[in-house]
Amino acid sequence: MDKEGVKLMDPVLVAKKLSKKYGKVVALDNADLELYPGEVLGVIGDNGAGKSTLIKALCGAVIPDSGEIQLDGNKVSFTSPIEARKLGIETVYQNLALSPALSITDNMFLGREIRQKGFMGKILKFLDQKAMAEEARKRLSDLGLLTIQNINQLVETLSGGQRQGVAVARATSFGTKVVIMDEPTAALGVKESRRVLELIGEVRSRGIPIILISHNMPHVFEVADRIHVHRLGTRLCVIDPKKYEMSDAVAFMTGAKEPPQN
Amino acid sequence: MNKISDDISKDLKDQPKFTTDIGEKDQDHHSFDLGEQTTLKKIQHFLHGNPTIVPVIILILSVIAFGFIAGGKFFSAFNLSLIVQQVTIVGILAAAQTLIILTAGIDLSVAAMMVLASVFMGKLSVEMGIPTLPAILVGMISGVATGAFNGLLVTRLRLPPFIVTLGTWNIFFALVIFFTGSQSIRSSDIEVNAPLLHFWGERINLGGFVFTYGAFLMIGIFIFLWFLLNRTAWGRHVYAIGDDKEAAELSGIRTDRMLVSIYAVAGFVVAIGAWVSIGRVGSVSPTSFYEGNLDSITAVVIGGTSLFGGRGTIIGSLFGALIVGVFSSGLSIAGLDVLWQRFALGCLIIVAVGIDQWIRKVSN
Repeated sequence: MDKEGVKLMDPVLVAKKLSKKYGKVVALDNADLELYPGEVLGVIGDNGAGKSTLIKALCGAVIPDSGEIQLDGNKVSFTSPIEARKLGIETVYQNLALSPALSITDNMFLGREIRQKGFMGKILKFLDQKAMAEEARKRLSDLGLLTIQNINQLVETLSGGQRQGVAVARATSFGTKVVIMDEPTAALGVKESRRVLELIGEVRSRGIPIILISHNMPHVFEVADRIHVHRLGTRLCVIDPKKYEMSDAVAFMTGAKEPPQN
Repeated sequence: MNKISDDISKDLKDQPKFTTDIGEKDQDHHSFDLGEQTTLKKIQHFLHGNPTIVPVIILILSVIAFGFIAGGKFFSAFNLSLIVQQVTIVGILAAAQTLIILTAGIDLSVAAMMVLASVFMGKLSVEMGIPTLPAILVGMISGVATGAFNGLLVTRLRLPPFIVTLGTWNIFFALVIFFTGSQSIRSSDIEVNAPLLHFWGERINLGGFVFTYGAFLMIGIFIFLWFLLNRTAWGRHVYAIGDDKEAAELSGIRTDRMLVSIYAVAGFVVAIGAWVSIGRVGSVSPTSFYEGNLDSITAVVIGGTSLFGGRGTIIGSLFGALIVGVFSSGLSIAGLDVLWQRFALGCLIIVAVGIDQWIRKVSN
């Protein structure tokens, strides 16, 4: 997607002047971030740059000391990932937050189960397992993940990439406005990483914008539309991966090179 | 371009190649694993997917074995139904214990909770002249409250369940002694003042098989809990918490609230057991079921539920309780001393946990 076209729209998610201190350590120093509809925003930064605090503030795991977050132009605040999720901000954690001993279906609907209609569901609270399995299968095939044969297979029998697929399918299934992905390829081999990068493209093509945090420069440069460079607790610059080299990004990140003015 | 960033960019260009290498190695490793799928591995995988199979096999084998050792006496309708009667209370306690162990917890206080609830039921109805049904209700409330108390301590104080329930076991036991003054409530007094307390001890004869109502109730409890665990969101969350509490929390499950409710439901089941126990024993004795805590854990472990949580079935615990019953009955009919019953039980526990550990290795 071209950068100018993206900018014409209003951002889905905006962070304004977020600050967070841990004692004397300043983790976030008036950090800004904008995420536009339909884009993949890569977030890169050296270790300790405050990138993970920024992401945690956006997904509700950390409450910033000051600053504000806007979703679809409205100011929002949340005190937990669960509240953020209710507003449509889904996070795929690095450890995926799946329950290995439960089935794919159970995992996809964990905490958001579908109950049967009528007496069985309302009074006895029985789950509608057929509806959930069907929905789960549909979600997975929408994302091109139908290689998973049996929807009631336990998650622990899946490969790392397949698990990532289940976590992504879960994150994009419930009226999601924004998906945050934390190091999705860190634990994967080359083939599986490739599959996950395709998956990110798949999610974007369905109109859901993604914030992608990764240490893997080639991956970020491959899928990101814009790259947010974080340094010393704040946003240093946003670069277009088509106009800059990976080495430039690293130079900005480490302070070896002055960022462009934007 | 800056020299440092030049170097780094060289590094970066190398990186994809580097990861390719790892990828290939990974695949080799994978195909290697598939090639080495031995029969033992297949068995391991099968048991992993079907955790109830092990206790079922042990139960069948032990019934056959004791049939040979102890002869026809063991196979008599009377004896087989007696085994079911004998495991009723431990079975109900094991049902409650399963809920706790599935969350990767353990409850050492279940039997003390049960005796406390039965003391309330007996004391109020027999000695204080309160109608039996309200007295039973108070006992039920006592069960739920003591269960929830355990749950609150585990979640609020973040103490390990083992320590919490070790403490409350003693507390509940002390309360039992306090309320009863170490005196039993006699069976004959219960029969006169509150016969309803003996309801679950009544027997029916089905073609030589003698069952107490309590045995049917126990089966009913297991079926009810099976539906609860497998067909409701609450049940799925029990497994999710035991499997990975942090992941459950991030999935939107309020794990602390869930844990309190799990302990409370276990307390409710235990309180039902209290009522059944009065029918089974006849009297209310403050010192009865002193080993019920450990017996219930034994049944759950032999039933294939993992002490590490998240894995196991409620029905397995029923089989576990029955296995213990079959061993006790078979060994005593064979004329062995009680000490050998305990010896065999001890071996069984270690074998069961060993098998569980072995099966769990599949997921790595």
